Amino acid sequence: MALLQQLAPDPQILKRRDRIIRQLKRLVGRTAVISDEYGRRAFETDALTTYKCMPLAVVLPETTEEVSDILTYCNEHDIRVVARGAGTSVTGGALPQEDAIVLCVSRMNKVIETDYDSRTIRVQSGITNTAITNAVAKEGFFYAPDPSSQIACTLAGNIAMNSGGAHCLKYGVTTNNLLGVRMVLMSGEIIDIGGNYLDAPGYDFLGLLTGSEGQVGVITEATVRILKAAEGARPMLIGFSTVEDAGACVASIIASGILPVAIEFMDKPAIEVCEAHAHAGYPLDVEALLIIEVEGSGSEIEELQEKLKNIAKSHDPTVIKVSTDDEMSAAIWLGRKGAFGAMGRISDFYCMDGVIPVSRLSDVLTRVIEICKTYELRVANIFHAGDGNLHPLILFDANDPDEVDRAEQCGAEILKLCVEAGGCLTGEHGVGIEKRELMPVQFSDTDLAQQMRVKTLFDPKWLLNPGKVFPLDKWHLK
Amino acid sequence: MLSMIRPADEQELSDAIKDALNEQAPLEILGAGSKREIGRPMNTSASVTTSRLRGISLYEPNELVMTAGAGTPLSTVENELAQHNQQLAFEPIDPAPAIGQEAGQLTCGGVFATNLSGSRRIQLGAARDHLLGIKGVNGRGEIFKSGGRVMKNVTGYDLSRGLSGSWGTLAVFTELSFKVMPKAEETRTLIFFGMPDKIATEVMTRAMQTPYEVSGTLHLQKPLALRLRHDGLRNMGEALTAIRLENFSGAVAGRAEKLKEAFAAYGDVHELDHDNSIEFWGELRELSFLQGSKDPLWRISTAPTDGPRFTEVLSSFMDCRTAYDWAGGLIWVEVPSTTDAGAAEIRRLLASLGGHATLIRAEPAVRATINVFHPLEPGLEKLSTLLKKQYDPHGLLNPGRLYATM
Repeated sequence: MALLQQLAPDPQILKRRDRIIRQLKRLVGRTAVISDEYGRRAFETDALTTYKCMPLAVVLPETTEEVSDILTYCNEHDIRVVARGAGTSVTGGALPQEDAIVLCVSRMNKVIETDYDSRTIRVQSGITNTAITNAVAKEGFFYAPDPSSQIACTLAGNIAMNSGGAHCLKYGVTTNNLLGVRMVLMSGEIIDIGGNYLDAPGYDFLGLLTGSEGQVGVITEATVRILKAAEGARPMLIGFSTVEDAGACVASIIASGILPVAIEFMDKPAIEVCEAHAHAGYPLDVEALLIIEVEGSGSEIEELQEKLKNIAKSHDPTVIKVSTDDEMSAAIWLGRKGAFGAMGRISDFYCMDGVIPVSRLSDVLTRVIEICKTYELRVANIFHAGDGNLHPLILFDANDPDEVDRAEQCGAEILKLCVEAGGCLTGEHGVGIEKRELMPVQFSDTDLAQQMRVKTLFDPKWLLNPGKVFPLDKWHLK
Repeated sequence: MLSMIRPADEQELSDAIKDALNEQAPLEILGAGSKREIGRPMNTSASVTTSRLRGISLYEPNELVMTAGAGTPLSTVENELAQHNQQLAFEPIDPAPAIGQEAGQLTCGGVFATNLSGSRRIQLGAARDHLLGIKGVNGRGEIFKSGGRVMKNVTGYDLSRGLSGSWGTLAVFTELSFKVMPKAEETRTLIFFGMPDKIATEVMTRAMQTPYEVSGTLHLQKPLALRLRHDGLRNMGEALTAIRLENFSGAVAGRAEKLKEAFAAYGDVHELDHDNSIEFWGELRELSFLQGSKDPLWRISTAPTDGPRFTEVLSSFMDCRTAYDWAGGLIWVEVPSTTDAGAAEIRRLLASLGGHATLIRAEPAVRATINVFHPLEPGLEKLSTLLKKQYDPHGLLNPGRLYATM
């Protein structure tokens, strides 16, 4: 197995396990600490299930003050802490350490205050992404970032990973929608950054901490922007007989000045699996499919769809199908958003998240398929085409150590290809443990040192979510 | 005259900073220098300008991305974008003419280093939201990069955004990659005259609560409306409230009608057509309504609902002239010239309402004695000091410009 090495646990901490658990129970109460093996088992992995590790203990605080007490204690006693939302990270972002406690924010899931006039909502960070939208939907508002795991994933995790989603082409990702946070530093100190207004004063700490993968602090509350939902939205499907045509069509749409809410791409293997799952009427005789969604009033949508059809027609589409009712729209999105789950039912898969310049779509895809062939692995491609964020799903058998090994190598090669094409290793999933050792492909030691210094200023002992993001052999740069 | 260093590439910039490091000689960091009079006055022994780091090295209209040297004039960038009917969606403002400097000198690096965004910020985000990647040199003389040129990127920490808005105090940008956006097919503006602040804010808020993608909301009190360059609007001689719609022509027409219906109870609604709208929002980018006065000028960000409350209370202390952007959340206020330019009152008010205030225009003596940028809470101040120490441990880059101790 070529699984990445985890940080070696500190034997002194393991020895003190019972005492640590007793102290945690004193701080937050018995029911907020999980220490038995059965209970801890639920937290031993996240959505990157090839990695597992039993944590020392799990704590489920209910207030910012409790988080502060826990971190103060852990900092004083050099105990590592892995913060966790819902554990939906596909990169091992919330993978525990044997000598670390898992601090799970899921019990802090309340709405604190909604202000429709200023168009903001203040929530506790353990609230799920969908619950934010649900809280404001009655007034016709929504929270824009929409990762596929939105029913389960927490805002805390979204902030840690700077999550995106299918609709971020138009509305931006988490960092573009976050206005303020209450955060507990590893020292236990509670700080407020930003608020219910635009552009926080001083240095852009909101920018720095969004996407810092739980390594600079534990966010307990946040204020995010809410937006008035469009009058309506309709997806359309456009099928092509070649991947090149689909890629060229995406470029033409963007060049035309139309900015759809989403442009999603699927190749044939992905279409087949998703159609079997959602029965959305995806065409099965095409090599590539685009799902394009536009928003507005009925007549606005029709005007945009006409324009899109005309653009598509110059790229030899084999089928153009416009959603005619809400049921069909829902099925089309069910297929796309349920893609990973549907894929999971037929095979284990390893989901890549590289980003490339949109103009390189077709040649990179061709190379991805070639690379997978050399590793004798099947691949299905699903991705956010409008912004070049690829999600090749490498299919493998997790019970076959050789296949696991090949899948990891294959994935690494695909990500290197993305960087060579002018892109990056990860567009929305984060580095986690999964891509940690690939960071030098994209960054020099000097580049990495700049990032590590940010980590150091927040958490001088490097106790928060250790062993993620930065290659272990680069720690001397901090 | 202080010496001016003009590095031709990132290596020369790095050498200049390393020399300064050896001599412990702090540097003033400049693009074109049009915002030199904003911030605390500094004591530096030399100035470094990015003016020779210019040129567009990459522009892919089909990918909505551009890469340019930090010293590239913004006008060059915007002219190139216009050739492809594209633009910078965050509509950067040019504060220079409001502080007695010449308009149109902005550089690309300066825009992102100060994160000064215009009216469209409320819909499409700030300058920092459009930044994709940077190259730069920190106060140790190290050349580094962050981010890249693709639309989505969470590889490692987001230093690009972290450094934007740091006013050249942490690192000097040498090259920037940023997102560009298509220009709308049509722009139309609904205008109301003579509204008091409270009613105007209500109208702007209601406009933002529609699904019509309002991309600009502005309210000028009468004395500021009288400074507009647009003859027709100035000659009305009244306070002015503007709501902007941008989209495909069909959508704009339909939405304008719906908004007019919705706002019928607020009195006559006037309309600016496309060309007049472009002219009007163009002059707003140069803050035409704040030009020609020497009175201290504050830029305040607060919750939109708190905007009129802030002004109402402040007006009971002092005679001020106010403009609201961002549906009431961004307040520009001119106050009488006093020793602290009203800092104490303004900040006391914001302490209870929430938000922050930056002194954009004031005599150097005033800027030297008060906090030009909003004072930070102790916890945040400590973190800021640590960040400065990590990137510029010897305090060489724009020392004291943001805060006296940094």
